[in-house]
Parts: sequence; structure tokens; C-alpha cells
Amino acid sequence: MNRILKMTLWAGVATILLSAGVIAAYLRFTMGLGATTNLSDTFPWGLWIGFDFLGVGIAAAGFTIVASVHLFHLHRFEPIVRPAILTAFVGYLLVILVLVIDLGRPEHFWHPLVMWNPHSVMFEITWCVICYTTVLSIEFLPVVLEKFRITTPMKILRIISTPLMIFGVIFSTLHQSSFGSLYLIVPGRLHELWYSPLLPVLFFISCIAAGLSMIIFESYLIERKTKRPLPHDVLSTLGKVVAVALAVYLVVRVQDMAGRGVFGDAFVWSYQSGFFLAEVAIGFLLPMILLMITPVRESRRGLFLCSILVILGFATNRMNTAITGMEKWPNQTYFPSFLEILIVLGIATLGFVAFYTISTYFPIFGTEEQHHAAKKSNPSLLWLDEIKSVSQP
Amino acid sequence: MTSVKGMLIDLTMCIGCNQCQDACKKTNGLADGEEKQLSASAYTALSEYNGVYVRRMCQHCLEPTCVSVCPVGAFTKTAAGPVLYDENKCIGCRYCMQACPFQVPRYEWGSTHPRVQKCKFCESRLRVGQQPACAEICPSGATKFGDRDDLLKEAYARFAAEPGKYVNRVYGLEEVGGTSILYISGIPFENLGFNTKLQKAPMSLLTWNALEKVPSVFTVGGVLLYGIWWITNRRKELAQEAEQQGKERQ
Repeated sequence: MNRILKMTLWAGVATILLSAGVIAAYLRFTMGLGATTNLSDTFPWGLWIGFDFLGVGIAAAGFTIVASVHLFHLHRFEPIVRPAILTAFVGYLLVILVLVIDLGRPEHFWHPLVMWNPHSVMFEITWCVICYTTVLSIEFLPVVLEKFRITTPMKILRIISTPLMIFGVIFSTLHQSSFGSLYLIVPGRLHELWYSPLLPVLFFISCIAAGLSMIIFESYLIERKTKRPLPHDVLSTLGKVVAVALAVYLVVRVQDMAGRGVFGDAFVWSYQSGFFLAEVAIGFLLPMILLMITPVRESRRGLFLCSILVILGFATNRMNTAITGMEKWPNQTYFPSFLEILIVLGIATLGFVAFYTISTYFPIFGTEEQHHAAKKSNPSLLWLDEIKSVSQP
Repeated sequence: MTSVKGMLIDLTMCIGCNQCQDACKKTNGLADGEEKQLSASAYTALSEYNGVYVRRMCQHCLEPTCVSVCPVGAFTKTAAGPVLYDENKCIGCRYCMQACPFQVPRYEWGSTHPRVQKCKFCESRLRVGQQPACAEICPSGATKFGDRDDLLKEAYARFAAEPGKYVNRVYGLEEVGGTSILYISGIPFENLGFNTKLQKAPMSLLTWNALEKVPSVFTVGGVLLYGIWWITNRRKELAQEAEQQGKERQ
């Protein structure tokens, strides 16, 4: 009974956040960006752009795991393929939603497809978003087909799968790094603690750590509800890969900063250096050290906590690049409006609900056969069954 | 080839009468009223620094950053000089506002169909042989319209005619690859709110360094990924065959 109460509580919170988000989005479209956001001529990009970076970043497991399993044949990661593809698919759809809300003229979203400007990073990004979302929807298709036991299109999918996955990996690699490239054109405006000619490289390395951490994080969340955990040794290995990615990231970042002679600035107290130190120490250095300790990696709780640290550090890094680094404290600052925050919360909630619902009803964690076998042996495994069984005493 | 037009703004001559803004607003049909900063309804604005008036407006760069960053090519640099914006193409990503080294483009934040707004260098007037409204009205001669090359010569002639009156610098000569609008001043530019640390090369080179690698990522990345797939797949097949033979032997 206690579990049902808890479930109702979460469902209630989700409903409130979703409704608030819908109302906020309605206001944004009827009243315009000026009345509903704190964006301005001096600060044209804000929280929403940061959220886009975040959403695409945590979707990164989609391409790393697909490449590892299907292109490099590392089959021990097989159980993570579907959760990774679903995470990426949901992540990208959310980002598209935020983009539609953020763009001044969302009805012109398709323009980059016909009006080309290959000199623009934004042009590259639009193409990557559209192409990789298409690839993801095809990569996700087998799950739907398996669920409804449709087999014919699978043959076609099998033929195109290898080139399709290669395209997917290339598009997402370009997309992840191009977010960093966006800021190459604002030297002098983006604070030198974040501005670097290596921004695309740094964005790419950090997304690998964040994407894999997201898989660890989700796996434990899902496990508590469905009792279909991913093998712990696989997650533990992911932890190792995350540690290596963080280490490579820190080496490249510190070396780059030292090379440009700005590393010392990090230790001169300022508005920006405070955010920088918090980001690097808590979100990159600490989880890297923790994940290098075997007992931490082998404990479920340790691994879970580290994944949260990495995701938070990654989020801080992207928000710092998008907001803190662009601020001129204390004269030119930006803090998102209440409606901007509501929209982000609503969309994040939508993501969690979508991921949770799809992974409950579709064969994401385990195949359809395992799904059914589990259901037969214990009917209370799915929460809907659970509610039914409680309501019929 | 038509020569690139420009304007020479001599800050020592500006009297702060604001007639340039009035004429600009009238010509472009913008909302009346004096504005001290650039906005969606002020393509040019005067700011005062201890009695010196600085008129801000789009610099009409020779290699504009906005033209390079716009994903749909809504900005174009015309041969005559003006940098123009096409609202029918614009998707509203605001990358131009983020990237402009002079922070010129403004947005119609109050509208539900917002446009980017900035000086058009009176392109329609230029086409019929007239000069921009602001240059035409300027009573003190602080704004002078002409061919960019001629205006540069004029600037150096003024430096030579009155030694010591000006700081020896034409702002806009080499900033981010040069701009159509040129400034000369009696006070160092850094004291007048100008960004004097801009690079001499066009800003677009910074992103082009990354973008030019995209085709190689496709070709090298594609071949590399396919190669790894091929090798590991063959290895898997061989392992399966070996397993099969082992079973048959038993």
C-alpha cells in the first residue's frame, strides 16, 4: 500500500509539473518571448539553450553504446543498447520541443533544409538534429515491431542497419562537438575559463562521460520499479569508462588552459572562478577519483552517486558555458524567468514520464520473451498489474 | 565592379543634436521618440562620454559575422556595402545577436512574430543614388557618406591637417576584416565604449576552422567505423565457425 501511495505522489508531482509547463508554453506563444522570459538584446540565449546542450549530452550513450556493440562487436554491452537508444531518442525529441519554444519563428524550423549556409555552425546543428533523430527513430523501430510481433520490416532493417548506425555515430559526433563550435565565434565575450579553441573537442569528450552516467542513473531508477536490473558488472565497467573519459577530459582542459595562460585565473576569486571550481572539482574531478576506486565501482550506491555527480557536473559545465561565462558580473547578468524554468521542468518531466512509460510497456530492459516470462512468474512486476492486484483483494 | 560604400563618422565634429536618429526613424518608419541605446526601434543611437557623442549603428562589416553564422542565410552583404536581413528566411535562433562582435542586432522581443532589427544602410536610397538619411541630415558634417577608399584617404588627410587633434587610428579599418563604417576620434577608442581588442581577421574563420573538418569526419569516420565493423565482424564469424567445428568433433 505504501508503494502505491508513493507512486500516486510521484504521479501527482508529474501531473502538476506537466500542466504548469503546458500553461507556460501557451503563455510564451501568445505573449511573445519578451513578456515571458528574461532574454534580452544583451542576453539573447539563456536557460533553454543550456537545456538543449544538456538534453543532447545525456543522449550521447545512444551513439557510444550502439558503436560499441553493433560496430565494434563488444557484446557484453548488449543489454544497454535499448536503454541507450531510448534515452537518446527521448532526449532528442525533448530538445526539438525546447528548440520550437525557443526559436522566435518556430514555423520556419525547416528553412535550413532548403536555405543552405554551410558556413554556419547552426546550419550544421539543424541538419545533425534532423538526421540523427531520423536515425534514432529507425534504430528504435525494432522495439516497436518486436512488441507487436511484426517481423517483415525487420529483414529490411537488418540490411540497412550497419550503414545506418555508422551514419548515426557520425551525425551525433558532429552534433555533440558542434555545440562547442557555436561558441568559437565569441572570443572576448565568453569568459576565458570556458572559451577555448578546443571547445568542440571538450564538448565531445564530456558528453561520453555524461551519456554513460545517464545509463547508470536510469538503470537504478528503473530497477527499483521493475526488478529487471541490468547486470551490475556491465554497469561497473561503464563506470570505468566514465572515469577514463573524465580523466582524458581533465587533461585536455587543464593543458589547454595552461597553454593559453588562463589556468591561474581559476584560483583568483571571482564570480566566474567560483562557478568554474564548483563545476570542475565536484562534477569532474571528484567522480573521476571515486570511480577509480574499485569498491566504489562495485557498490550499487557508489556507482549511482557517481553517476549523479557526473550528470550534475556536466549540466553545470553546459550552463556555465551558456550563461555564467557570458555574464559580465555584476553589470550584465541573466537569471531565467519563472516561466522559462517552468517550461524546462515541464519538458524534463515529460522526458522522465516518457522514458518510464515506454520502458515499462516495451521490451527495453530485456527482450520481449524475458518480459513475458517475468510477467508470468510474478504478475505484480508491472506497476499497472500491481495496482490491479491491490484493488482486487 | 561598384566600389564599396561607407560612412566616415568623425567623433570630434558630432554636436549630439540627434537629428540622425530622427531622420533614421522617419525613413525606416520606426516608432518616434529619442532613444539613447540601439533597440528594435532605433537603428542608430548616440551615447555620451564626457561631452563626446558616439553614434552607434551597424558597422556593415566587409566580411560580416552575421552573414556567416545565420543558418538560413537571412543576412547578405551586398556589393555596394549594406548588410541586409531577410525576415522571411529568419528562424529566430538569434545566433547573429550572440555572435556579432559589435553587439548590434536587436530583437522585437514584444512581438509574437519577432524580427531582427538593425541599420540597413538605407539600401533602397543608395540604389537610387541618394545617400543614407543620417548622412544627408547631419548638420555638422560628422557623418560623411562616400566610397570607403575615398573616406579612408579623407580620414588620413584630416589627421595630417590637424596634427594632435586625432588619435592615430581609424576604427573599422581592420577590425574583424574591416567595416564599411569608419570612426575617427580625438579620444582613445577604448574610453568611448569601443571594443579595441577585436581580431583583424574575419570572425567567421574561427568557426570555419571547425566546419571545414566536417567532410573529413564523414569520409574518414565512415571508413574507419566500417573498417572496425568489418574486422570485428569477421573475428566473430571465425569464432563461431571454430565453435561449430568443436561441437561437430565431439
